[in-house]
Amino acid sequence: MEAIKYVRPNSVDDAVRSLASANEPVRVLAGGTDLLVQLRAGNVRPGLVVDIKGIAELKQIQVTAAGCRIGAAVAGAELSERADVVAQWPGVVEAFQLIGSTQIQGRASLGGNLCNASPAADSVPALIAAGARCTIAGPAGRREAAVEDIVISPGKTSLAQGEFIVDFLLPARPAHSGDAYLRFIPRTEMDIAVVGAGVSLTLDANGRCTAARLALGAVAPRPLLVPAGATALVGTPVDNAALEKLAAAASAACTPIDDKRGTIEFRTRVAGVLARRAAVIALQRAKGN
Amino acid sequence: MSKHHVSATINGEAVEYLCETQQTLLDVLRDELGLTGSKEGCGSGDCGACSVMLNGRLVCSCLVLGVEAAGAEVATIEGVAQGNSLHPLQQQFLEDAALQCGICTPGFIVAAKALLERNSNPTETEIRYWLAGNLCRCTGYDKIIRAVMGAATNMRQEARHG
Ligand SMILES: Cc1cc2nc3c(=O)[nH]c(=O)nc-3n(C[C@H](O)[C@H](O)[C@H](O)COP(=O)(O)OP(=O)(O)OC[C@H]3O[C@@H](n4cnc5c(N)ncnc54)[C@H](O)[C@@H]3O)c2cc1C
Ligand code: FES
Ligand code: FES
Repeated sequence: MEAIKYVRPNSVDDAVRSLASANEPVRVLAGGTDLLVQLRAGNVRPGLVVDIKGIAELKQIQVTAAGCRIGAAVAGAELSERADVVAQWPGVVEAFQLIGSTQIQGRASLGGNLCNASPAADSVPALIAAGARCTIAGPAGRREAAVEDIVISPGKTSLAQGEFIVDFLLPARPAHSGDAYLRFIPRTEMDIAVVGAGVSLTLDANGRCTAARLALGAVAPRPLLVPAGATALVGTPVDNAALEKLAAAASAACTPIDDKRGTIEFRTRVAGVLARRAAVIALQRAKGN
Repeated sequence: MSKHHVSATINGEAVEYLCETQQTLLDVLRDELGLTGSKEGCGSGDCGACSVMLNGRLVCSCLVLGVEAAGAEVATIEGVAQGNSLHPLQQQFLEDAALQCGICTPGFIVAAKALLERNSNPTETEIRYWLAGNLCRCTGYDKIIRAVMGAATNMRQEARHG
């Protein structure tokens, strides 16, 4: 068996060089909670592993006027300790915290959750609902992309050879904004979402919704932004009628798989229910700030 | 095949070892360093039997590469007792019969110790959620949770009487 090479660059440029110049299959390593399981199972066989945790920028959390910037390799436990981010984006943080156990939280990152490209990744619908954008570094320099444009299909991303995610920006929102993420699993901990729903919304001074985003996980080959969800809420006081429309929009967007964890019918219906419940929580949070 | 030469601090002692990229920290602890207290239950992050502290964070050592521990501080179950005196958690696990086969015990102790260091008076619910990544197939969780609560009480009393 060929030895796997390992490097731990301490700058983005060095990481790009390592990734781009490799003439063997290469894998980025963040928390390793997906990658090590796949290595052990023999599902991936890289010749080179590039550990990005030595790059300071990827482990930073910054709150500025532009919003919250979260390094792609920041672990769940690290983000949870930032009261300022928790206060502004409770939905994103609670989605991130749903990933695995205390031990997994010590390692798992947002970049890894996104780039593992599972349709059921918990933080991804919450990030999409939040309107999060990511900075991508690669041989051609840096570019930005919306989080909903990264995952293409199970296990596949739109990142080009040599590219990786540096950080996420949760753009600052006006007052009276709130977000929430809910998932359905058959137990209370340590399971994969059967359906996940993230909602972020903003109200004006009169309690009328001025902006909204709905995203769903585990109901299609990739996490989905559901524009019809926004249409259902914007301009309304997020009353029952609007929530009914939101639920219908969520269910209509589903093209789920049928398996023992959830039938098509079940996932489609639960997507509507969770979208509605997440919107109610986001609404309460928006009224509270 | 070129191995990585790694220097790390394990249970407060400077340690050096050689490992290949695909060897996990758990493989290194058990097979290279003879620290067999950390157990392999699943090798996939589900059972917590391999729990260790890495730079102050609770992690599954089966999901960390040995080479990633370069320059790191690692704390394992072997460092929990002070010489011959058991940690209050170890003492309470014995008194409450919170173990049977014992495979899960090192992971539970390391994980519970991490909890009590951040929160000296956790509720039962907090303990259950914190330990959700530690599985036990024979004792059952009630005795384990009670032992952690008992140890927490003892440690608080000890701190008071100092
Ligand atoms: C016991 C257990 C429970 C879990 N529970 C959940 C759960 O409830 N919900 C859930 O969504 N997930 C769950 N997971 C999956 C996993 O923990 C998450 O997907 C986690 O966020 C992955 O992050 P990581 O940093 O560990 O990624 P890694 O394993 O380091 O990387 C994952 C993939 O992304 C790539 N990658 C990582 N970072 C970047 C980057 N910055 N740029 C480009 N590519 C990158 C890697 O090359 C790899 O292909 C669980 C895993 C385990 C072992
Ligand atoms: S052996 Fe590491 S979690 Fe089971
Ligand atoms: S005592 Fe046997 S698994 Fe817990």
